[in-house]
This record gives sequence, C-alpha cells and structure tokens, in this order.
Amino acid sequence: MQTSKQRLVVIGNGMAGCRVVEDILKRDPDRYEITIFGAEPRVNYNRIMLSPVLAGEKAFEDIVINDEAWYRENAITLHAGRAVLAIDRAGKTVTVEGGLTVAYDKLILASGSDPVRLPLPGADLAGVVTFRDLDDVAQMVTAAEAGGQAVVIGGGLLGLEAAYGLARRGMKATVVHLMDVLMERQLDSAAGFLLTEALAQRGVETVLSAQSEAILGQDGKVSGLKLQDGRVLPCSILIMAVGIRPNTALAKASGLAVGRGVVVDDQMRTDDPDIYAVGECAEHRGVAYGLVAPIWDMCKTLAAALTGDEASAYGGSMLSTRLKVSGVDVFSAGAFAGGEACEDIVFRDAGRGVYKRVVLENGKVAGAVLFGDATDGGWYFDLMRSRADVSGIRETLIFGQAITEGLAGLDPSSAVAAMSDDQEVCGCNGVCKGQITGAITGQGLSTLDAVRAVTKASASCGSCTPLVEKLLKLTLGDGFQVQTGPAPMCKCTSHTHDVVRRAILEGELKSMPAIHQALEWTTPDGCASCRPALNYYLLCAWPGAYQDDKQSRFINERVHANIQKDGTYSVVPRMWGGMTSPAELRAIADVADKFSIPAVKVTGGQRIDLLGVKKDDLPAVWADLNAAGMVSGHAYAKGLRTVKTCVGSDWCRFGTQDSTGLGIRLEKFMWGSWTPAKVKLAVSGCPRNCAEATCKDVGVVCVDSGFEIHVGGAAGLHIRGTEVLTKVATEDEAVWTICALVQLYREQGWYLERIYKWMDRVGLDAIKAALAEPDDRRALYDRFAYSQRFARMDPWAERVAGRHTDEFTPLSRRLEFEPA
Amino acid sequence: MNAIVREPVWIDVGAVTDIPRRGARRLPSPRGDVAIFRTGDGAVFALMDACPHKGGPLSQGIVHGQSVTCPLHGRVIDLATGEGVGADKGGGCAPVVPLEVRDGRLLLRLDRI
Ligand code: SRM
Ligand SMILES: Cc1cc2nc3c(=O)[nH]c(=O)nc-3n(C[C@H](O)[C@H](O)[C@H](O)COP(=O)(O)OP(=O)(O)OC[C@H]3O[C@@H](n4cnc5c(N)ncnc54)[C@H](O)[C@@H]3O)c2cc1C
Ligand code: SF4
Ligand code: FES
Repeated sequence: MQTSKQRLVVIGNGMAGCRVVEDILKRDPDRYEITIFGAEPRVNYNRIMLSPVLAGEKAFEDIVINDEAWYRENAITLHAGRAVLAIDRAGKTVTVEGGLTVAYDKLILASGSDPVRLPLPGADLAGVVTFRDLDDVAQMVTAAEAGGQAVVIGGGLLGLEAAYGLARRGMKATVVHLMDVLMERQLDSAAGFLLTEALAQRGVETVLSAQSEAILGQDGKVSGLKLQDGRVLPCSILIMAVGIRPNTALAKASGLAVGRGVVVDDQMRTDDPDIYAVGECAEHRGVAYGLVAPIWDMCKTLAAALTGDEASAYGGSMLSTRLKVSGVDVFSAGAFAGGEACEDIVFRDAGRGVYKRVVLENGKVAGAVLFGDATDGGWYFDLMRSRADVSGIRETLIFGQAITEGLAGLDPSSAVAAMSDDQEVCGCNGVCKGQITGAITGQGLSTLDAVRAVTKASASCGSCTPLVEKLLKLTLGDGFQVQTGPAPMCKCTSHTHDVVRRAILEGELKSMPAIHQALEWTTPDGCASCRPALNYYLLCAWPGAYQDDKQSRFINERVHANIQKDGTYSVVPRMWGGMTSPAELRAIADVADKFSIPAVKVTGGQRIDLLGVKKDDLPAVWADLNAAGMVSGHAYAKGLRTVKTCVGSDWCRFGTQDSTGLGIRLEKFMWGSWTPAKVKLAVSGCPRNCAEATCKDVGVVCVDSGFEIHVGGAAGLHIRGTEVLTKVATEDEAVWTICALVQLYREQGWYLERIYKWMDRVGLDAIKAALAEPDDRRALYDRFAYSQRFARMDPWAERVAGRHTDEFTPLSRRLEFEPA
Repeated sequence: MNAIVREPVWIDVGAVTDIPRRGARRLPSPRGDVAIFRTGDGAVFALMDACPHKGGPLSQGIVHGQSVTCPLHGRVIDLATGEGVGADKGGGCAPVVPLEVRDGRLLLRLDRI
C-alpha cells in the first residue's frame, strides 16, 4: 500500500458518489486511496431506472452501473450496507455503523436525499412506503403479487412512475394529487390533461385537487386513504411520493453550513476546505437539485477540483424532465409563465395525440412542453441553454429540428420554394409539398378551402396554413387571393362556432382541454373570448355531467350579481311574472335597511333592484332574501331573465287569457336555464300588448282563440319587432312550443348571439321547419326539460350553503401598516 | 428634502392554492385593495386592484394567459406590468406589487402597497 497517496472518503454509494469517483479516476487514477461508504447493501446502480424495474421492464442486473469487479480493479474499498454515523472534522475521521473509524484527507458528502413522509395519522402502518431504493421496489413488487389496489400520494414524476409500475404489475393504481394538474411544476394544464388521459388508458386513475387526511389501517396494515372531502380510497399498499429532502444530518451534526442542502461553492466545497458535497445533498447558489443532469456537471467540476484544476467551476444548471412511462412521451424544460415579452407557439395534432408548446422570450426559447412526441426535446433544450436567437426560424421552430434545419437560411417564401417535393408540409395529415402543388395545378385549385378539401393539408390544426398559402401564391402568382369565409370563433382556433359545437357532440368532448386538443387549439388554454363560449357549449351539450368552470365566466355570472361602476354589486330577486307580495316587499325593505343598501329601484323588467351592495355582503343579503322565499333573478345571466306579464283575464276588462298565470308558469319552468345570450319573455293578455311582448326574444300575445307565439324581438341596441312563429290553442301547447324554440336556440345559437340575430342567420323558415313536426318539437322539449333538472337551482342558495365561499372572502382581513 | 427610504417588508398573505387557477383574490388594505392573480400555468402576480381606465376592480375580471380583462369595460391588462396589452397599450398602468412564492406561501411587499 502506498502511503504517499491521499485518502479520499466518499459518503454515499449512489449516483453522485460513484460518478465523481469515476471522473477522478479518469483524470488521475493514482492520486487517491479511495474508500466509499454506502448505506445500501449493494453495489452502485442507476437509481432512475428503478422505475422500469418496478414496471417489470428491466431487472436489477440491467441497471447496475459499477459491479464488484469495478471496485476491485480500481482498488476502491466499498463498505456496502454501512452508514456513516459521524464526522470528526478536527481529527479528520469518519465513524461508521459497526464501530469502524476511518481517516480522510478529503471527504465527499454524496448522501443524496430522503423521501418526504407526510405526517398523516397512520403513516407508520405496514404497507406505507416511499420510492427511493431497491428495497422500496421489492416491497411494492411483493404487494403487487397479491393484486388489489394501490394508492400513490403525489402526482409528480416519481409518483406517476410508481403508479404506472404498479398498474403494469396488475394492481389498480390511483394517484392522489394536491394540485389540479399532474406534474404541475413541469407541465402546463393542457399537457397535464393529456397525461391524465394517457395514464387512465394504462390503468392509472387520477384524483386531482385532493387533500389527504388520514391513512386507514387494519391489523397494523394499511387499508385505505381518507381524503379531506370524506372519500375513502381502499388500498393494500400506499406510496408516498410527495418530494425529497436533502440528506444533511451528518453535515449538520458536524457543524457544516447547511441551508436546504449542504452549502457548497462553485468548486463544490463546503465551508470546511477538506469537505465537499455533490448530488442531491448539496445546495449550490441556493438551489438543491433533484435530477441527474446537474449532478453530472457537479461531479465533473468536483473531480477537476480534486485533481488539481482549481479553475473549473460549476455555474448551476437548467433543467429538463422526461417521464419514463412506456408509450407516453413527455418532455418539459424551462418556464411557461414568463414576462411581458413572452410569446407562445402551440402545435397540436389530435390524430397522433401530440401537443407541443414552445415559449419564446425576447426571441429566445424560454421553455418547452412536449407531449406525445418528444423527439425535439433535446433540440429545444439546447436552444434554450445556448440562449440562441431563434427569431429567424420562428415560423418553423415548432415543427422541429429536421424541418427547420432543412429550410435554414432562406427567407420564408424562398424557403418554401426551396422545399423539395417530398418534404412534409402538413404534419397532421402527412401531406407533402408535391401533393399540394400538384393538386393546385392539376385540379385548378385557387383557394385555401379547395386545397384543404382535396389534399387535407392544413385541414386539421391549421398551423401550416401560412405555408399552404405561400404554396398557393408561389404556384398561382397573382391569381391567389386570401379568402374570407365564416369567421373562426377566436384567435385560438381556425374553426367556426358551428364546427366546434358539432365536434363537441360527435366527438363526445366533455371538457375544455379535450376540445382544445381534439380541435387543435393554437393556445395552451384558450382566451377570454373562447373560454366562456366553450363553457356554455359544454354545459348545453352535457347537462348534469359537465362541471361548470367558474373561472371562464364573466364576473356577473361568477358571483350571481351585476357589477357596478364602483365595484359594488346589484341584487335582483325574481318576482315571478312581475307579481310580488307584502311579505316579499317587507323582506326587501328589511334587507335594504340591514345592509345599508344605498339604492332601491323598480327595473324595466317588472321587479326590484337593490343597488350598491358590497361584494362581501352578498351571501348574507341572499340568505335573508332566500329566507323570505326569493331566489336569484339572473339579471346578470346569459340565460332566462324576466318574464313580463300584464294583469290579463284575472283583472283586466280586455283580458282574453290568464297572461299572468302563463308568464309565471313559463318563468317557473324555465328559470336558471343557460342560453347563448340573454332571453327575455313577455305575455300580454290581448293585442293591446301592455307587456310589450312584441319586442321580446319570445313573446306571447293572447287572443280569444288561443296564444300567438312571437319570436325575435329586441328593444335595446336594436329595435326589432317580433315575427309570428305560430299560433296554438292551449296553454300547454304554448309552454311546449316556447321551450322547444328556446332549446333549438340553445343548441344552435353562437355564444353572445341573441335570438333575433340567430333568427337572421338561420332564417325564420328554418326555425319553423325545425319545430313543425310534433316529434321533433317533443324531442327538443324533452332535452330542455332534462337540462332544467340540473339548472333550476338557485345559485344564491348554493352560495349561502357555503359553495365557493372563497369568492366572497378576501384573502386576509387584517393587513396592518405601521404608521407612516 | 426628506426622502423616506423604506426597508422591504415581506408579509405572508396566504397559500398559492388560495388563489384559483385562472382567477384572482382580493386583499383589502388601508391603501386600497390588492389583486392577487394566478394564471393557468400557476404563475402568481399582484397589482393594485384598480384598472387604469376608470378604476375597475381587476380582481373580478377573467384571467387568460398572462392577462386579465377588466370587468367594467373590457381593457386587457398585462399581469406582469399592470399596463394595457395590444390596443389597450399606453393608457396608464395598475401599480405592480412585488410578490414572491416561498414553500407554497405568498409573500407580498407590504411597503410597496
Ligand atoms: C336594471 C335594468 C334597468 C332598469 O333600471 O330598469 C337594466 C340594467 C342593465 N341592463 Fe338592460 N336593464 C333592464 C331592462 C332592459 C330592457 C327592458 C326590458 O327588459 O323590458 C331592455 C330592452 C329590451 C331588450 O333587452 O331588448 C334592456 C336592454 C339592455 C341591453 C341591450 C341588449 C341588446 O341586445 O340590444 C343591454 C346590453 C347587453 O345586454 O349587452 C343591457 C344591459 C344592462 C346591464 C346588465 C348593463 C351591464 O352589463 O351592467 C344593466 C345592469 C344593471 C344592474 O346592475 O342591474 N340592457 N334592458 C333593467 C333590468 C330588468 C330586469 O329586471 O332584469
Ligand atoms: C424512482 C426514481 C426515478 C428517478 N428518475 C429520474 C429521472 O428520470 N431523471 C433524473 O434526472 N432523475 C431521476 N431520479 C432522481 C435521481 O435518481 C437522483 O437525482 C440521483 O439518484 C441523486 O444522486 P445522489 O448520488 O445525490 O443520491 P443517491 O443516488 O440517492 O445516492 C445517495 C446514496 O447515499 C447513501 N447514504 C445516505 N446517507 C448515508 C450515510 N450516512 N452513510 C452512507 N451512505 C449514505 C444512500 O443510501 C444512497 O445510496 C429518480 C429517482 C428515483 C428514486
Ligand atoms: S291591454 Fe293589457 S291590460 Fe289591457 S286588457 Fe289587454 S292585456 Fe289587459
Ligand atoms: S375601468 Fe377597466 S376597462 Fe374601464
């Protein structure tokens, strides 16, 4: 044994500990006499491959990095299965389990991290495991052999890989995640949604926005997880994958500087010049890393520093993540929520299940999320790390490296000219340049639509529309004119309202992210104009099943009151058909007094408006109105507003029918319904028309022989008299017909399009035709009645009962300032 | 002149998850409400809760991308700068209040309200 050698001791036989030794040996194999301590009783293996081992896709032998022969050949002493218990910095020795004390000249801490264990009741039951080392995997495999159900707490990389592995081994696996998006630190909500679906196809269920409350057990063994909302998920094994904490116990005990991890400088040196730290246990410039790529960089720097190259320095790392679930390609790097100068480029291919988003900031790649096709992840990551200016390749960037570099250096139109005939233009439908130019000349096409119809190019996501237009221009010269057609819904899509509505029904699209993906939205999660529209379309298409998205609603609909110019709100309770009572009036007066409501006004809609109510008071105001039997008047809603009536045959000397009664009946049946725009009704008892029925969306004028039903009036921005839809003999028929008509409008109207505009677009004749057959009428009525089962609900009462109270409670009521 | 230099004061005003994604919450203060926003991507921002147009409460608007649409007359305001976006540029700005996230908690610069 050579005594001239320095003694190097490494604590930790994991990814970092062995890599730094490898790097040192590569640079200067004879410099140190090396001793490695590892708490795990085995040689150095690739920890990240534990996931495939759990999934049964690899065996332990496949993931060993350095076998026993390596230690022997390099004269390394390995103490496997012996944890270091203490460091004596003054005496420069370490003490190990079993009593051994070993001296060092240089010491490397590479002790990695410990998984975080949530301090839930029941956390110490048998069968509650973490996912860190081979022993954990062995426990999971044993549990899986018995079949049954597994619960994983934590929807990050580790949790998902654990759940996938257990599902592969035949268990029913459920991931419980605190946040509303899986892997929320790496993914945006669009990619998170796709991941949820992809996992479901692989037998992994997800429960989002779920807070764990307690782990339940039986005979000392785990039997289930109880969530805060009361749900219980039964399981025979429970994996906690909620994060890691750098393993700093030894460092702390020996007085080294410790923050989140062991604090190191750019040479990975701690505040003791002979002690270094690398890997997950280290904290460099305030960051403790949890992935291997930065660890490799740290190891390289440390090996250089320990072999005489003091100039080498570690400057921190940018991170990228890939999920290791077979068949699910997920890549993420950088940030998605940048500053003002940020710009999103989004590409979706519904057919292949691909979603790609690249975020540019000041012409440079700031982040990327790829789902379904992560081939270009490395390329985007390189562009990001090198801070390359990508403005020149912006147009093709999202199509990836192959296409972009194929067109490099050319301006966009000559780039198109230079494309070879077999180069793909439309990735969604696999259409090459030659097919498009061939179709243009061969079939005399001159418009984008024609090219779409014949070749399918740009008919899906539309991202290649500019390319196809350039090809048209190139081939036709001046003969090409940019066309105009039905306008798309908004700037996020090339599809019209009609196309989107049809796709929702035909494709059974039941959530906003599902629409975004299937119809290849060009933004990650829509805009202020399409979100409320899609929310309505979904609500209309899937009554009872679709969960209303309140963040996609205009403030008035979100808080069931109308916002006023000073930020206060107005409250309008329903007065059915314009009728009220002394008791209701008294309750309104009391509420106005109690909450010091500054203004009370009779509206143009035959009811009473309380104006100037403070937002925080709304639930209490509603509670009092509810107690007097009143419900929301939906004066704020794209939905049924008022049903005005006149006194009719009950009192009026000219009244032919009970117009008040019919109005009340209509309002009581139709209230709460959501519609594309507001809907106002009125019922007049005779053609003198005191209720102004002929300027309402739907009006009824009673006559001796029955009821004339009018449609398409307005008296706001435009003054429009109604058209007569039909005349019916009985009150029942009037109600059926009006509900069928409104349902037709609900199903066909574009969001924000009032009945009269819808009528202008589709034509009165088409409306009449759709309602002509009794069977069709009946079906429309039935669909309306079905959806009313879920809609005829007082939103005030729901809020009073405590739903979404956070909307009305400010964040913190006490915010105190020291006197200025 | 008597310039007052105030030390940065960071206060904890709640958890990130108290703010709904694509939404906002109000924080009342003696110097006016503060609006705290969270985007679909999970980023958080704070602005004084008053639109540069006519003082509309921005916390009540629809949050989309990194902007909010004012509930009163529909101006689109950038959450990072408090200024109008696109056609709404140049009409003044809602003051930005520095906001940081540490361990899932929201820390707000009290002295900048
Ligand atoms: C309160 C009331 C005025 C009043 O003091 O009488 C009123 C107040 C508002 N009307 Fe109205 N309209 C009121 C009856 C009317 C009427 C008369 C009627 O319904 O018989 C009309 C004309 C009939 C019609 O709708 O065609 C009317 C045509 C409008 C319009 C124009 C609609 C159009 O498509 O042309 C708007 C603007 C809009 O909806 O976009 C509007 C919008 C509004 C809004 C919601 C403005 C807003 O977005 O903040 C006002 C809400 C104030 C509030 O906080 O309550 N209001 N508004 C009436 C409430 C009726 C009710 O009890 O619900
Ligand atoms: C299932 C799984 C999948 C992963 N997938 C990926 C991935 O896809 N991509 C990626 O980049 N990263 C992934 N990681 C993270 C990656 O494995 C870690 O970042 C990496 O292993 C950290 O290396 P390290 O050497 O710092 O810690 P470790 O590899 O944990 O090594 C530390 C070693 O030190 C030992 N030790 C601790 N204290 C003592 C002591 N007192 N005495 C002696 N020995 C001690 C431990 O027993 C352990 O063996 C994954 C991790 C897991 C668990
Ligand atoms: S005009 Fe009006 S009030 Fe007079 S009879 Fe006809 S319905 Fe009755
Ligand atoms: S107050 Fe905000 S747009 Fe007018």
